[in-house]
Amino acid sequence: MATLEGDARAAAGARAGRLGFLLDRPEWLGPLMIGPAVLYIVLVVGLPFFLALYYSVSDITMGSRTLGFVGLKNFVSVVSTTKFQTSLKNTFVFAVVSQVLVMVFANVLALALLKDFRGKWLIRLLILLPWVAPISLGTIGWLWILDSIYSVINWTLQALGLISPDNWPMWLGIPHLAMGSVITVHVWRLLPLATVIILAGLTSIPQDIHDAAAVDGAGFWRHLFQVTLPLVRPIMLVAALFGLVFAFTDMIIIFVLTRGGPYDTTQVLASLAFFTGIQGGDLAEGAAVALFLFPLLLAVAVVFLRIARRTEVT
Amino acid sequence: MAVPGALKRLAAGGTHFGIVAAFTIFSAFPFYWMLITTFKRTSDLMNRTHNPFIYNEPPTLEHLRVLFAETLYARWLGNTLLVGLIVVAVTLVLALPAGYALARLTGRWGEQLGIGIFLTYLIPPTLLFIPMSRVIGDLGLQDSLWSLVVVYPSFTVPFCTWLLMGFFKAIPRDLEEAAMIDGHSRFGAFVKVVIPISVSGILTVVIFSFTLVMQEFVYALTFISTASQFTVSVGVPTFLVHGDVYFWGSLMAGCFIASVPIAILYNFFVDRFIAGFTVGAIK
Repeated sequence: MATLEGDARAAAGARAGRLGFLLDRPEWLGPLMIGPAVLYIVLVVGLPFFLALYYSVSDITMGSRTLGFVGLKNFVSVVSTTKFQTSLKNTFVFAVVSQVLVMVFANVLALALLKDFRGKWLIRLLILLPWVAPISLGTIGWLWILDSIYSVINWTLQALGLISPDNWPMWLGIPHLAMGSVITVHVWRLLPLATVIILAGLTSIPQDIHDAAAVDGAGFWRHLFQVTLPLVRPIMLVAALFGLVFAFTDMIIIFVLTRGGPYDTTQVLASLAFFTGIQGGDLAEGAAVALFLFPLLLAVAVVFLRIARRTEVT
Repeated sequence: MAVPGALKRLAAGGTHFGIVAAFTIFSAFPFYWMLITTFKRTSDLMNRTHNPFIYNEPPTLEHLRVLFAETLYARWLGNTLLVGLIVVAVTLVLALPAGYALARLTGRWGEQLGIGIFLTYLIPPTLLFIPMSRVIGDLGLQDSLWSLVVVYPSFTVPFCTWLLMGFFKAIPRDLEEAAMIDGHSRFGAFVKVVIPISVSGILTVVIFSFTLVMQEFVYALTFISTASQFTVSVGVPTFLVHGDVYFWGSLMAGCFIASVPIAILYNFFVDRFIAGFTVGAIK
């Protein structure tokens, strides 16, 4: 028996040879197995990122073959335009307003979904739809719902007697309404993710904590604000961080709904970078615009790391 | 005495129902609306006096016929499927060993590296698409589906590595150790023992990567300008609109078909994605 096993081992060893040595030692095999993924990420994410930094201080355009160093000229010329200033302001308005709404709604909805009821499976599927469906296609659905002539919302409002037939609002044509529409679609899109993340947090609270609160005589609101919500706070932070990143950097909803119009009132940094860099062909200025998103992402990453570290300790 | 209690419970139930119903309608209405519009005659759609919630004229399959016979929609679906399958394969080849290494073979520095890899998921296309468009041009991949195959794993690999790492950590070490005692190398144990019992984790990664590929918009819009090379998420919004003329019936059909089936599939795996998103903030 012992010799059989020994033979098998020797055969396996001989077959694998020197390679087998590599494949058996964790300190070699580890880097070997993770290497390809890291190399790929460095090449396809890291390299373009440094190129973006480089482009932003150069005079590159779509057609040019040469790269001249121009220092901070792009940033200076970009920052002084009203287009950029509006976009910067809009970016914050969109991201912050939509995230506040998402967090409030997601908490309400997650609390409602915590209870068991019939058909919950179907309800969860329907609520998840906006998150899973390709966002560009979901947004076209909204484009039709908000259509200037055939909007179903306007038809309903008119049927309810709230607006007159010759006075239908142009949801995407009036600055404030367009802004509201884009925010609504953002909320619609990001609500499912935040809801299921918070729901996961709520489900993970041990039942005895709820029981203890009930025994101590905490009412509904007190229970909610002093027991449940504080316990899901770390997870809410995670949901909010993801939401912020998606909201700050998204250009799809705006591209499909308004193209930044009317008169750039819904333009954000991401869409401005696209229109300047790709459609306008000014890669250098486009890169400069996009880079304004970076400090924000860095801040999110730092918060994220702190959460990850804290959960490691416990 | 029992009446106020029952009344209160009824009110609570009503509020609960109201909240769930309101949010469900908000979330699902656009898709319901796509479905309704798909089968409506254009003359019915383009009449402001018609009640849009019902079929004032008999339903029609004309929009579906136009979509599949007179547009490149089927081609776009095929392109999406092709790119999706290749990207899924590339993702598995890169993320499976990386996830295993992070779970088992690398100690402290692996943990840091794992978080680092995860964070690259947060770097958005918006920051990278401008230099990327130039690189793709220099590689001669402009207007080719291969440009998407090269770039898309950049957002699937980080998250999938992270998901798989968590998955592998949950597998008992004894299984591999038993295989190694039987004469397998560690890598052999990974291939012959760990991968076969990780089917559900691998399936999760497949679905997740495929959904991300279907959703991607910015890179495809930037790299590709020939209609026949588009994926469905870019083809529908850019090429089904001719000038200012919207073919709403076909548009909505195209959106619905590409949205809902994948969402149903995704729903089976959603708890696993959430476990990944929450970065272990839930124990």
